Amino acid sequence: MSARLSPETHPLTARIDLAAPLDRKGYEAAGGYRALRKAVKEMAPGDITKLVKDSNLRGRGGAGFPTGVKWGLVPMGPDAGRKYLVCNADEMEPGTFKDRLLMEGDPHQLVEGMIVAGYALQATRGYIFLRGEYVLAAERLNRAIAEAQAAGYLGKNILGSPWSYELFVHTGAGRYICGEETALLNSLEGKRANPRAKPPFPQIAGLWGRPTVVNNVETLCNVPHIVQNGAAWFHGLSQGKSKDAGTKLYGVSGRVKRPGCWELPFGATAREIVEEHAGGLQDGLKLKCWLPGGASTDFLLPEHLDLAMDFDTIAKAGSRLGTGLITVVDDRQNLLAVLRNLEEFFARESCGWCTPCRDGLPWTEKLLAALMRGEGRPGDLEALEQMTRFLGPGRTFCAHAPGAMEPLQSALKYFRAEFEAGIARPPAQAAA
Amino acid sequence: MSHDRVLKLSDLPPAQPFVLHDEDRAAIEHEIARYEDPRAASIEALKIVQKRHGWVPDGAIAVIGQVLGIPASDVEGVATFYNLIFRRPVGRHVIKVCDSVSCFLTGFEEVFAALQRRLGVGPGQTTADGRFTLLPICCLGACDKGPVLMIDDDTHGNLRAADVEKLLERYP
Repeated sequence: MSARLSPETHPLTARIDLAAPLDRKGYEAAGGYRALRKAVKEMAPGDITKLVKDSNLRGRGGAGFPTGVKWGLVPMGPDAGRKYLVCNADEMEPGTFKDRLLMEGDPHQLVEGMIVAGYALQATRGYIFLRGEYVLAAERLNRAIAEAQAAGYLGKNILGSPWSYELFVHTGAGRYICGEETALLNSLEGKRANPRAKPPFPQIAGLWGRPTVVNNVETLCNVPHIVQNGAAWFHGLSQGKSKDAGTKLYGVSGRVKRPGCWELPFGATAREIVEEHAGGLQDGLKLKCWLPGGASTDFLLPEHLDLAMDFDTIAKAGSRLGTGLITVVDDRQNLLAVLRNLEEFFARESCGWCTPCRDGLPWTEKLLAALMRGEGRPGDLEALEQMTRFLGPGRTFCAHAPGAMEPLQSALKYFRAEFEAGIARPPAQAAA
Repeated sequence: MSHDRVLKLSDLPPAQPFVLHDEDRAAIEHEIARYEDPRAASIEALKIVQKRHGWVPDGAIAVIGQVLGIPASDVEGVATFYNLIFRRPVGRHVIKVCDSVSCFLTGFEEVFAALQRRLGVGPGQTTADGRFTLLPICCLGACDKGPVLMIDDDTHGNLRAADVEKLLERYP
């Protein structure tokens, strides 16, 4: 990520320095912590929530829920008692590598986002739930928190206000399911990361039964910029390319010339991202299909490349924007092998709490493995199709298994012939 | 794969009664203060013990339960849920190889096969000299550098099968 990016067009990444991220003084010299001062000294908590609503900031973790609406559900007022803000920094969606960049490259930005959002919610404590493998991010965030504490931005009576707030980094010990927000809360409470029934939603009864907001890293990093520059400015960032406001961290992995992650106006086309920024596929390879935003999104085809990468456009095409980091599958890949890899991941990461997910995902993986070896049996395709319904939305306790069905159902739709080719022919026919 | 290169549990000395190191007890108590409920420190407590011993010995489970004031069965439930908590001995260095989709597309299988050949162990196994444990792991969030693996706390990317030999030499 170049140091020459302008904060006007690249608010989230202009300050990124992976080799030596800015310390508090450097961050402040680059405009940091002004939003915090403005928020605490000039704005009421409800004003900030309204501003975030007006900005149309939508959750960057994959679901795209409007952040201000989520905040608006939290009880406010002097009797509201203990409340928590939790940052979901458990980045583990296969193909996604954006939050790592934000945390390693500009840790103070997330810390400021956590403080400003904490003020808007009048939270008493914030936790950054960070996956255990992000060792460097943990070290840099802890240093940034210590610096912010020393400057009086955390602790008692922040900047002379009546509001007190503590911030901690909590590192996990693995398991993809911790990214599901209620499983994350159980994990943070020191339990097995099984999801919880909703309702009640965390905004009402979350961590230790108290009102809790869970937001993604990229979402929270946007908050100081919105407070500093306003909702109209935020809408302008997407340059009319999309109804969705702001910038988005997009990226590409797979066999392209220049895999990477870039901050672009929301609604940039997939073609621009894959061909211009990632340099297109490696020589001799052609695009077969692509996942728009992680393992739990439906495959799209080359013909979809000109679509705007925003929530509604990608949903209309039959997939989900997800995290917005594209995984490219080239024409030399065995699609069934790729799909089996995806389903093995979901099977292994199922928490085991509900039966359709615990039993259905390993079954799915076994069917795909057999088809991949050319040992599929008649009826296997129908079984897989049945799986996409039985493990679909509303049939399981959380969104894990429905997410796993997205690449499967789209592969069945677009590449049915490759599945059929995996069914073993009867011996007589094979000999002929 | 020759089985004489794989560490077997029967090779290990018999279990000693577990004593929680004073520093570790203090570290766990420090963690407890960061939460509303001592139970929330259970994962961190397991990690603290693991840092000292390389894994979480059987005897540690009940002791952690006592420090946190929760049943040993709850501690074990947590210890066996999370894949970065090791409930059996591991090597001096733990290799975690990402096998998720982006690394799969960019050459995971070759690198993983090369590691297994070089070490003479399969996934989940430890070399007989106690030097390496080989584990698959889900997406490490460095997909632009696939294939990727971690050895201990270090992340290594853009790997090829031919790089494996030299990389392992850095971890005696």
